Amino acid sequence: MTDPDSASVTALDALDVATEQALEPPPLHAPVMQVRDLAVSFANRTAVRNVTLDFPRGQITALIGPSGSGKTTVLRSLNRMHDLVRTAKVTGQVLLGETDVYGSGVKPALLRSRVGMVFQGPNPFPSMSIYDNVVAGLRFNGVRRKALLEEAAESALDAAALWDSVKDRLKAHAGTLSGGEQQRLCIARALAVEPEVLLMDEPTSSLDPISTKRIEELLGELRNRLSVIIVTHNMQQAVRIADYCAFLLMGEDRAGQLIEAAPTTTLFQRPTDQRTLDYVNGRFG
Amino acid sequence: MTTTSSPQAESDPVLARRRNIQSIAARSFGRRQLYSRVALAVCGVFLLMTLIPLVSVITYTAQRGLQAWSVSFFTKLPTPTGIPGGGIWNAIVGSLIIDAMAVAGAIPFGILGGLFLAESDGRIAGGIRFAADVMSGVPSIVLGIFAYIALVKTLGHFSAIAASFAIGVLMVPIIMRASETALRSVPRSLSEAGLALGARRAAVSRRVVLPAALPGLITSVLLALSRGVGETAPLLFTAIGSEYFSTSPVKPIAALPLVVYQDGIQAYSDLQTRAWGTAFFLVLLVLTLSIGSRLVAARLRRARR
Amino acid sequence: MPDGLYRGGLGAIAALFCVLITALVVTVAFQAASALNHFGLGFLVGTTWDPVHAHYGALPFIIGTLETTGIAMVLAVPIGLGTSMFLVHGIHGRIRAVLSTAVELLAAVPSVVYGLWALLVLAPWVRTIIEPALASITGGTGLFGGPQLGIGLLLAGLVLVVMVLPTMVAISRDVIAAVPDEQVEGAFALGATRWQVLWRVVLPSARTGLLGAVTLSMGRALGETIAVTMVIGNSTAIAHSLFSPSATLSSQIANQFTEATEPFHLSSLMALALILLVIAVIVNIAARLLVGSFGRDRSAASVAVL
Repeated sequence: MTDPDSASVTALDALDVATEQALEPPPLHAPVMQVRDLAVSFANRTAVRNVTLDFPRGQITALIGPSGSGKTTVLRSLNRMHDLVRTAKVTGQVLLGETDVYGSGVKPALLRSRVGMVFQGPNPFPSMSIYDNVVAGLRFNGVRRKALLEEAAESALDAAALWDSVKDRLKAHAGTLSGGEQQRLCIARALAVEPEVLLMDEPTSSLDPISTKRIEELLGELRNRLSVIIVTHNMQQAVRIADYCAFLLMGEDRAGQLIEAAPTTTLFQRPTDQRTLDYVNGRFG
Repeated sequence: MTTTSSPQAESDPVLARRRNIQSIAARSFGRRQLYSRVALAVCGVFLLMTLIPLVSVITYTAQRGLQAWSVSFFTKLPTPTGIPGGGIWNAIVGSLIIDAMAVAGAIPFGILGGLFLAESDGRIAGGIRFAADVMSGVPSIVLGIFAYIALVKTLGHFSAIAASFAIGVLMVPIIMRASETALRSVPRSLSEAGLALGARRAAVSRRVVLPAALPGLITSVLLALSRGVGETAPLLFTAIGSEYFSTSPVKPIAALPLVVYQDGIQAYSDLQTRAWGTAFFLVLLVLTLSIGSRLVAARLRRARR
Repeated sequence: MPDGLYRGGLGAIAALFCVLITALVVTVAFQAASALNHFGLGFLVGTTWDPVHAHYGALPFIIGTLETTGIAMVLAVPIGLGTSMFLVHGIHGRIRAVLSTAVELLAAVPSVVYGLWALLVLAPWVRTIIEPALASITGGTGLFGGPQLGIGLLLAGLVLVVMVLPTMVAISRDVIAAVPDEQVEGAFALGATRWQVLWRVVLPSARTGLLGAVTLSMGRALGETIAVTMVIGNSTAIAHSLFSPSATLSSQIANQFTEATEPFHLSSLMALALILLVIAVIVNIAARLLVGSFGRDRSAASVAVL
């Protein structure tokens, strides 16, 4: 697919090529993102090290493990959120398609439009209405045409199981929604930009069981349009929704490491490592 | 949601939209990043614009002020205009007297008032707190007028004590609010321990809470002093300044800010030099008090950790 | 000392303070009464100030106060906001602490020193560089016309900007820093540039507190007396150009108080003081309501800025 406009976008060619590759109907088992020997430290304290992992395309991958094992640190290195922390140092490779996202020439802002994120506590923008929240990401990325905004907003709210409840009150303040609805609003907001990967950092841990269930249901449907990487400290949640799991654990040096990664049933029923077995049997948490 | 359509068919509009959005994002990125950098650079320039006057004021005041400084500048009394060799000794003493009396009056009201506020959360306390905050927004010249009506008009002459009254009233809200903050940060466990031992609240406050909050209270007083020492407007119709030496609280008296004001607007260069010299002294004094209050506050924070 | 006496005593002292404030308002109002009774509400719109013929009107000074404050705010709001945004999101670590403290120390410099600097250092610059430049850009008429003396409305406005900026920056900085990290992170995670995060998320989120900062700064500008008096030129006519000399409510009081022997003169000056007091208190109350909880948790050191 040749785009006559791409000739003028010289510095971004690498990323354009990667985008085009992502848009071919992909073989389902090829990884959407890969991590090679990733290490993250904060002011000389290593948080995670030696993480090498493939994230399968079109699947839900869960990063599991006890607290302190570095799951969130790994997640945040995928969309370069550690760039915002002065003391953070990231080494190793994080590949989106063929491109190392930490390579020179990669713009974090553009990366984040392709790899979206939903946070633990719902964080809708308080000064904006529901509609403005959903399209905020699109507007940040330069989309101005109303038709496209509205189309993306409806599709995203629909995928987040929110369209029917809010379609008549799109101009209402985001604060009028309940906690579970606000989190789904944040999911819609992330989806509206049509990222290829959605990162989720314990998205249901602050929600009640019913809201949790609704979100888990919509996650299943998201496989059709993107890949999901979710951090969860809740093993049952991983079993319920994840196709693939990666188990991390804090080592003796207090740095998190990847112990084992496998399809969910394999990891939980026939794990290779004793520590994985101990964790899934609830021997520590 | 749909469960029977194939992933391919359902995602086609998604893929199309994704491609569209990505191309818009990529194309507009250069412009957006440039805009962001320029805007932040402008903010950086604004920071410089905020700091440059500070540098200018301090530099000029130091430079011209030092020219006026000499031993006799600080120890002699002012000489009549045109005759060189005078000094500001009377103004130094005058400011000392005015501010010492002001702070002596303001401390009891301020600290005890702060103690009341720190121990109460009711509507009355809220009202008093609000009143104190509003009071700190009253222009200081109006405080000077108040002091004039209350103490000058009634007694029939200008006086240092009237000036102290005005400055004291200015200081009370500062001391009150800062003391409240300091007293509130004393851990409740301390005062509760005292009460549990059977002591009365007054005793607990006197022996436990106030001493514990002492650094914070000192901060509040230094803060108020740094404000009070530099105020000029309240002195205009109370102390009104003087060319003579005086320590009497019931007569007009010289003061450092008044020297700067009254000499600074004259056309004579030796008076302007005297104004600069006094201004530099005043700035150093105020900065010392201000920095001093910060150091005490910082030591307090470190001790708390 | 029994508890009841203790609590009662403290309360009385605190309440005495409120009594003091009431006494302030009452005495000023009382002193102003004779002039206000004599001239009626026309005092507020009267434009002549003539001690010889005992005819007084406050309008030129009300306008002068509003003009100087207006000039100050027009410049101080963008500069102050930009500075505080840069301090919170543009620089980090030690340099941020040093520059923040430097800005706060600006607030400690006494007003009279700013006045001296403005009169003897800034005024010549304004007269020889700024005013001619403005006049040549705009054609030198109307707002930018008239003799270029240096002292006058423009200079008074400029010195007010310098004096109001520390307040504006200190409060804005606290308000901006208080915007929850989750919102900032959320915006970055969507692909926003740093400026987009600041302009579309941080500033709107801090809207109320920032309005409070503006109002509080305006209150300071309204009440500032000494520096303004030293550079405003003291003319009792309404200024028609930025370069004209003018007067504000407080500068007029400062200048004429000790010379006011004729009874209506003094009472009229008291009336000016009353008008100033009312304006300043209203603005201050509005500011406190907007700044709200930020006012309570501030460090002791920054209380002095207010």
